[in-house]
Amino acid sequence: MEIEKYYHKSDALVVGTGLAGLRAALALADAGIDTITISKVYPTRSHSVAAQGGIAAAIAHASDDSTELHMWDTVKGSDFLGDQDAIEMFVNEAIKTVYEMEHMGVVFSRMPDGRIAQRRFGGHSRPRAVYAADYTGHVLLHTLFEQCIKKRVRFFNEFFVLKLVLREDGVVSGVIAWDIRNGGLHIFNAKATLFATGGFGRAFKITSNSFTNTGDGLALVLREGLPIEDLEFVQFHPTGLYRLGILVTEGARGEGGYLINGKGERFMKRYAPEKMELAPRDVVARAEQTEINEGRGIDGKDYIYLDLRHLGAEKIKERLPQIRELAMNFLGVDPIKEPIPIQPTAHYQMGGIPTTKKGEVLGDGKTEVIPGFYAAGEAACVSIHGANRLGTNSQQEAITMGRISGMAMAEFVKKASLFPIPKEAIEQAEEHVRRYLEGKGSVRPFELREKLHETMTNKVGIFRNEKDLSEAVKEIRELEAEIPNIHVEDKGLKFNLDLQEALETENLLIFSEVIAAGALNRKESRGAHYRTDYPKRDDENWLKHTLAWKTPEGVRFDYKPVVITKFQPQERKY
Amino acid sequence: MKRKFKIFRYNPEKDKRPYYKEYEIEIGEGWTVLDAINHIHWYVDGTLAFRRACRSEICGSCAMRINGKNRLACKTQIKTLGKGTIKIEPLPGLPIIKDMVVDLDPFFRNLEKVKPYFIKYSPLPEKEQLQTPQEREIINEAAMCILCGACTTSCPSFWANPDYLGPAALLKAYRFIFDSRDEGGKERLEIINDRNGLWRCHAIFNCTEACPKNINITYYIKKLQNLAVNNQF
Repeated sequence: MEIEKYYHKSDALVVGTGLAGLRAALALADAGIDTITISKVYPTRSHSVAAQGGIAAAIAHASDDSTELHMWDTVKGSDFLGDQDAIEMFVNEAIKTVYEMEHMGVVFSRMPDGRIAQRRFGGHSRPRAVYAADYTGHVLLHTLFEQCIKKRVRFFNEFFVLKLVLREDGVVSGVIAWDIRNGGLHIFNAKATLFATGGFGRAFKITSNSFTNTGDGLALVLREGLPIEDLEFVQFHPTGLYRLGILVTEGARGEGGYLINGKGERFMKRYAPEKMELAPRDVVARAEQTEINEGRGIDGKDYIYLDLRHLGAEKIKERLPQIRELAMNFLGVDPIKEPIPIQPTAHYQMGGIPTTKKGEVLGDGKTEVIPGFYAAGEAACVSIHGANRLGTNSQQEAITMGRISGMAMAEFVKKASLFPIPKEAIEQAEEHVRRYLEGKGSVRPFELREKLHETMTNKVGIFRNEKDLSEAVKEIRELEAEIPNIHVEDKGLKFNLDLQEALETENLLIFSEVIAAGALNRKESRGAHYRTDYPKRDDENWLKHTLAWKTPEGVRFDYKPVVITKFQPQERKY
Repeated sequence: MKRKFKIFRYNPEKDKRPYYKEYEIEIGEGWTVLDAINHIHWYVDGTLAFRRACRSEICGSCAMRINGKNRLACKTQIKTLGKGTIKIEPLPGLPIIKDMVVDLDPFFRNLEKVKPYFIKYSPLPEKEQLQTPQEREIINEAAMCILCGACTTSCPSFWANPDYLGPAALLKAYRFIFDSRDEGGKERLEIINDRNGLWRCHAIFNCTEACPKNINITYYIKKLQNLAVNNQF
């Protein structure tokens, strides 16, 4: 089979076109840097588009507020694992981000006097979420896409990255990608490369994430022998539509929605008497799962209710129109008249590719910056979210860190030279695709994926223990061993969805071991990581970040200290 | 319950011409058309190609023609499609890459023609530009467009003339021209006040009917036509 090769050069390369990637591309274009973006999808299909509730910034429109409070809420929300220097920078830059996005034309919801409106969100002690009804991510992403059109960013849409080019001298000089639409290898050579490749939700059976969220960036980095930070911290969003996992914004509770168990109780009073439904997501998701596990789900089943009826038709239609539409279409439930059946859903990865506060990727996870390699958004770990992210901090992080990383890249490429891509890298990428297009396996990608889903959901979920996690690591390694045996039915070059799913499944299997092994390794409970056999937070031994490398023998760990500046760890109560 | 699907197939690498292939599968409670074609792809025929991403009606990837209407596969509940065979085809009026996958580049090129971005010449304030809820309301619905292409590819004027900007691009123009903060209205209006722009709309409401976000696109195109006639800029 003939596989054509195409060569591209640019100063900067951005992989991923969600909020982080597009904001970085825009910062680069603004600095006059020739920039290429690569994405598996058209930019407006990126999963940032599905973010609903809002974007956090202490602009103090709906009450008093301050960046110090935003910082404290984020640190406490992170269960003290967030790096406080990064968080402090983040909360200050967040305000600038909101005004800057407004200046690009975002249609934020407004107060009667014309200023930007704000609403409550979980774990934030003030109404701090700037929003556009319940489709905030949509308007933010479309606005950045529009601005990138204006600035003539060069989009390469529907390209799947096969290989990160990390040269032997330790420099990253681009990526090698597969043209999904036409087939063919594209070699993208750049002075600087940013990974804004998003999250890993598709490792789980019930997830709010798009089909595209297969953690490709994580797998590409792990394959090159680089570490990933804190991957054991998986956020389960408390309100996914029952059985489907489709997101119902926390803004629904921010607007006053109740969580109700099978006995008709607002059960959060037993778990977070003060904050109730607006406790952070780790606390609420655990409370829901406890109710379900103890037989207090609706009719004893594995779901509970989100009740919005008391908000009234007008407020629901104005503030939560998308939620209403989704509940009506997918579950046949009109939230104006009936409560919505919901359950926790895998939503967000707190960990990721370790970076500095400027988005520079750390080759040893600690201090050693890899020349020419950056990461931002959900794919990266700065770490702003520590062990648990607060709602509305992720869209904010994606845009803010996208901008900061893009600016840092612009400075870097002005002085950097272009290092060629070694031909071995191209051969490896070609071999990778040929294995699927020319090979004869016996196991279908989706079979492996279904098995992975069972393992991750049943054994690496909200409540974890040694036995389950040990089994999970073993099972994932067995599934990984099946990768060479994957059978791709479609042998064509053009829009080969089967090939793409095989590549994605491979990626899921590569990083999932790191999640499970990291969870097994961390013998404490902190934020979203809860061990029933180690139910307490253990600051003495575990107030530290996990760094994890893949090796043939299994996952290798190292650690780095948490940056603590203003706030000493204390008991976390809501 | 078993349902039959008649699916458009075309792989330019091996097929001389397109054909339809029938699949009969067991469908589950509450399944959407996307659930069904995913199932077919995973368990029955791995060569089937289509686009999908969010599966929650917001990314716009899975627009296709279902029983003769442009819809999002992820939004279309199978139980709403009657009892017969369900016919699935690509969006009309665009070059076909493979099966349900069409080339959206012409669609996005048309969008780019209308200066689909916020324009401001006056100095920006330090904080936000003020906009009342009433001013925002005028563009709220138009800003909900997900660029799925269902509208433009349902329009006979677009089928007849691919240079016609089409409803999606015109809606984007509306979203900015009627934004109380934007200052690019006049230059955008000059672009769309053209025989391949506003005046190729004959108000047959196909676009409005096709829109999965229930946006009254025809109404907004009429607003633009009124503005062009009265030349308020």
